[in-house]
Amino acid sequence: MIEHRSHIYGVIGEFEKPEQLVHAAAKIREAGYRYYESYTPFPVEGLPEAMGMRRNMVPLITLIGGLIGGLGGFGFQYWVNVYSYPLNIAGRPLNSWPAFIPVTFELTILCASLSAVLGMLALNGLPQPHHPIFNAHRFTHASTDRFFVCIQARDKKFHLAETARFLQGLAAHHVSEVHDD
Amino acid sequence: MSAGDPPIDSPEISRLTPVLGPGHTYSSVTDKISAIVLTRPTSLGWYIGFLIAFCVFGVMNIAIGYLILKGVGIWGINIPIGWGFAIVNFVWWIGIGHAGTLISAILFLLNQKWRTSINRFAEAMTLFAVACAGIFPLIHTGRPWYAFWMFPYPSVMGIWPQFRSPLIWDVFAVSTYGTVSLLFWFVGLIPDLATLRDRSTTKLKQIIYGMLALGWRGSARHWHRYQSAYLLLAGLATPLVLSVHTVVSFDFAIAIVPGWHTTIFPPYFVAGAIYSGFAMVLTIAIPLRKAYGLEDFITMRHLENMAKVMLATGLIVAYGYFFEFFMSLYSGNKFDVFLVQQRLHGPYAPFYYALILCNILTPQLLWIHKMRTNVVVLFLMSIIVNVGMWLERFVIVVISLTRDFVPSAWGRYSPTIWDWATFIGTMGMFVMLIFLFVRVLPAISIAEMRELVAETSEEHK
Repeated sequence: MIEHRSHIYGVIGEFEKPEQLVHAAAKIREAGYRYYESYTPFPVEGLPEAMGMRRNMVPLITLIGGLIGGLGGFGFQYWVNVYSYPLNIAGRPLNSWPAFIPVTFELTILCASLSAVLGMLALNGLPQPHHPIFNAHRFTHASTDRFFVCIQARDKKFHLAETARFLQGLAAHHVSEVHDD
Repeated sequence: MSAGDPPIDSPEISRLTPVLGPGHTYSSVTDKISAIVLTRPTSLGWYIGFLIAFCVFGVMNIAIGYLILKGVGIWGINIPIGWGFAIVNFVWWIGIGHAGTLISAILFLLNQKWRTSINRFAEAMTLFAVACAGIFPLIHTGRPWYAFWMFPYPSVMGIWPQFRSPLIWDVFAVSTYGTVSLLFWFVGLIPDLATLRDRSTTKLKQIIYGMLALGWRGSARHWHRYQSAYLLLAGLATPLVLSVHTVVSFDFAIAIVPGWHTTIFPPYFVAGAIYSGFAMVLTIAIPLRKAYGLEDFITMRHLENMAKVMLATGLIVAYGYFFEFFMSLYSGNKFDVFLVQQRLHGPYAPFYYALILCNILTPQLLWIHKMRTNVVVLFLMSIIVNVGMWLERFVIVVISLTRDFVPSAWGRYSPTIWDWATFIGTMGMFVMLIFLFVRVLPAISIAEMRELVAETSEEHK
């Protein structure tokens, strides 16, 4: 990284329509940029593919959470009823597994749901109160009606003037630099 | 679901009664929904409504305070009717919550676009209904300060909860349901909280909404994971919602009391829960859209679809009643046959007939298109169904407990003023929470409405 541009986070461009953003994101990727990100007011169809995103880890985390909840839930009830606090009621089996199913099921769902949400937040690095992108010009529109793409300064191919021209060439409005403070 | 095959989303029908009024853009839906929270002055009607609900909530607090001082003897419960209002109201409230999860999870998985504008407040309704429901078993324990004994924790007493008991299943089912509903609701709110943060004009609002939004910035990679998590939550909430009322019905079905010990209970409890829940969604949606001018977002199509769901689940419930009746007679079990006679001719027979009138006969009007599209009829119908569903639980709890196996164990039940104060008080709490919710959070999902704008603008090309 070159010293003199360390205060620049990247260059941002704005689009009016989601299709324009999808198109631009694909072009940016074709041009060889690696570190860039799109910001949209709702999940745009086709954008993950255009940006070359593959599957994410959230489903796997959820599966692991669910397995822990289910096996742990059943195992705990087994341990309580067979080892920790066995109650002999008319000689019935201590491991009366059908009666343990409702709690096992609920704990599976509970742990899977918590893993899905916490896993999603953790992978996204949230909560994160501040981020340089919030310094961008007109960025409050990203949560209303505009679609942004920001090419980051840490990209090897990044050059302030050229990248800005490149974005303008993709019909982006309000191309401007984002400061990293 | 493959594209375009559900007839409900066919272009002809959606053009006639759209899920979104015409001419809306990303910014217009954002403006309209966020304005309710951010810029519109709070109306006098809101203050009056909130104040009334708050006073009723106060009545609940007095009733519960007195209960804690005196014990459950202030209620009408006795032996053999140990359950009374507490369980009737618990089942009623928890059932109401089910429609919120159904709308937000099951209709999401089925890709029903009309869910978009009603899911947020339906989920809020779920949370508040679960909160109201949770109060009853808690205070019914008699010593609510020991309620934590129901959770498994390593105690100095060296004992554990009885995991074979439906009442412990209930603890797990209801607390899981509350937690997952909260997660689902909050995850859905995150992008909207970011919108409110960006549009707030005062520093305080920016800070509060900003903290709640967790720093959401709408990044495409974030959305990607967000969508996975949301879809998974919907997939997890779907079996959960079916399991919750199933477990609630086990409270009855596992017991050997006549009229309770039947295998039809789980499915018909779930259907009844959805039935009463949709009724409550209508009860809230109709005044809400009127008060805030949201007719473009909660259109006639939403109301009509909800009426259809009510009709369908109402018929399942009717089928449940019929088979409960039939199986009792067909079984030849004298206690079951006697219970049917008691429902039809016993001291609580008027409640049974009122229940049939409210839950089975009146909703048949919904077959008529004119009735389904008449807002006043729908509103009244939704209240009738809620009364009917409450009566259903009253009939199940009270008739069976007052007429079990030996005549010497028969009894009578009538609620006291404290029963009523607690029950009506929870309604005050529910309405108060709805008022607060509508005022401080977006009652309709803004991000999903923008998606809907994008989808409907594609359709018109």
